[in-house]
Amino acid sequence: MKFDTYEVTLEEEGTRISLTVIDTPGFGDGLDNTGCFKQLQDYIEAQFDEVLVEESRIKRNRRYRDHRIHALIYFIAPTGHSLRELDIELIRRLGEYVNILPVVGRADTLTVEELAVFKQNITRDLEYYKLPVYNFCWDDSDSEALEENREIMGLMPFSVVTCDEVLDNEYGSVRVRRYPWGTIEIDDESQCDFALLRYILLNSHIADMINFTEDVLYENYRTRKLEVGGFGEAEDEEENEGAEQEPAASKSQE
Amino acid sequence: ENQDYVGFDTITQQMERKFLKRGFNFNVILVGESGMGKSTLVNSIFASHLVDSQGRRTAQEVIRKTTEISPVTQTLEENGVRVKLTIIDTPGFGDQCNNEGCWVPVIKYIKDQHAAYLERELKPQRDRVISDTRVHACLYFLNPGNRGLRPLDVEVLKRLTEVTNVIPVIAKSDSMTVDERTVFKRRIKEELAFHRIAVYPYASDEDDDEDRALNASIKELVPFAVVGSEEIIEIDGKAIRGRRHGWGVINIFDESHSDFVHLRNFLLRTHLSDLVEVTAQRHYEQFRTSQLRQIKELRAQQAAAAAAGQSGMPAPSVPLPHQPTMAQA
Repeated sequence: MKFDTYEVTLEEEGTRISLTVIDTPGFGDGLDNTGCFKQLQDYIEAQFDEVLVEESRIKRNRRYRDHRIHALIYFIAPTGHSLRELDIELIRRLGEYVNILPVVGRADTLTVEELAVFKQNITRDLEYYKLPVYNFCWDDSDSEALEENREIMGLMPFSVVTCDEVLDNEYGSVRVRRYPWGTIEIDDESQCDFALLRYILLNSHIADMINFTEDVLYENYRTRKLEVGGFGEAEDEEENEGAEQEPAASKSQE
Repeated sequence: ENQDYVGFDTITQQMERKFLKRGFNFNVILVGESGMGKSTLVNSIFASHLVDSQGRRTAQEVIRKTTEISPVTQTLEENGVRVKLTIIDTPGFGDQCNNEGCWVPVIKYIKDQHAAYLERELKPQRDRVISDTRVHACLYFLNPGNRGLRPLDVEVLKRLTEVTNVIPVIAKSDSMTVDERTVFKRRIKEELAFHRIAVYPYASDEDDDEDRALNASIKELVPFAVVGSEEIIEIDGKAIRGRRHGWGVINIFDESHSDFVHLRNFLLRTHLSDLVEVTAQRHYEQFRTSQLRQIKELRAQQAAAAAAGQSGMPAPSVPLPHQPTMAQA
């Protein structure tokens, strides 16, 4: 399994997002795939460790770029049955390090009925195995948003179909996949959840996912790491306390 | 009547009558991870619900840890011809995080059938007609979500092609556009050639021009990109087997939608007897030769040991090196 990184800056109406997408070609393709989980975990932890180091510096870099992973889109194969062992293990192991959004890939191979049953089976599996997928309702302070978030949770896993061609029709350009028996418009919400996923990821929930990563996932990691005295430094209690104090001291100076 | 007419050309009718009386066995094994559309395809090919999907659907069902062998036998009849059809499903194959060795039970089953046949063939008093449980065809299911052959596919196909006729198929090919299908097929063909994996059909000296042309057109299609369906839906007043999506209806018999008709005809209308024959003449013979050679060597070793050691002891009877585990009817 490799990591292929793509960086792009998105700008729309004054808002700029520096987007990094990491692909993992080879995941699940080998004879023995148990090594993939550790590889992914190490990768995510490496980003956390960088932040940990930077945070604890006496002189911190104001322009420091944070590479922590805010979302993991997990593609479930459209078998129509339920989760495979690989799916269960991945979510179970990585859920505490990253926000996991399960999606049904190539969902256009399933009929409407098949997809509904598949989503139901997966949801039952997620509950039964207590799999830690991203909880849209983690912040229950806003009751209005809570209702909307519950609805979104109900649609998980999100069905996605990827764009193959862009056609021009009387309404403008349409992103489609063309088959001998018909053409599917991927942005049509009645045909798949692609538009919704895009909206969640780049619009409505971008702040939520970043906040959860920083305030909860990263903090938990940091606490675990510092309690164990990690970092490869001497496991001297005083030294660790010093490391914890330092950021606080710097903060009071700002 | 023409006095020079001898009449030996009626042998085809004589054979047909015998065949009709006896019926025949046809055994097909399905190999592929769960959710690839194996049961639906088989049920579509034979136009009846022969096998149930063995995929896990409820949370309480345990996830299989090994490959199971699950044969289902049914006798079908068409115009007086009876076929005892056995479909062997392999639930659990390729479904784990670690799939090392998941092919072992499959290869073992196929070899067991060769061994059982050999054992009955070697008996001093043997049946006039030995019931044939040997696997005549293996449908190997490729995942259209991959770029080509995975390491698992390569490992398994190498081993499968040594013991049976392997026909690669893509069962849920309705997730691929026409272009994607073309690219995928080309990639698979290249990779099969690269790994020297010989899928069925094989070239034979007995082939005439018609055979060669047919085989060439089959080889063009491999792997068969098919769509299966047990559902009958109506299009323009006609009842067809298909799948209904919000953006169109797939007719599995439509050649522009899927290779289903080609696969069905290949398997049942043009190459059925060849599959049975090639199993006997190529795969079984290879197995038999290697087994008998091993027996010969074992016997030679034991004879040498007996001569060197105790005298007056009879040479022990030599069991077949590959022992079948199922008692065959």
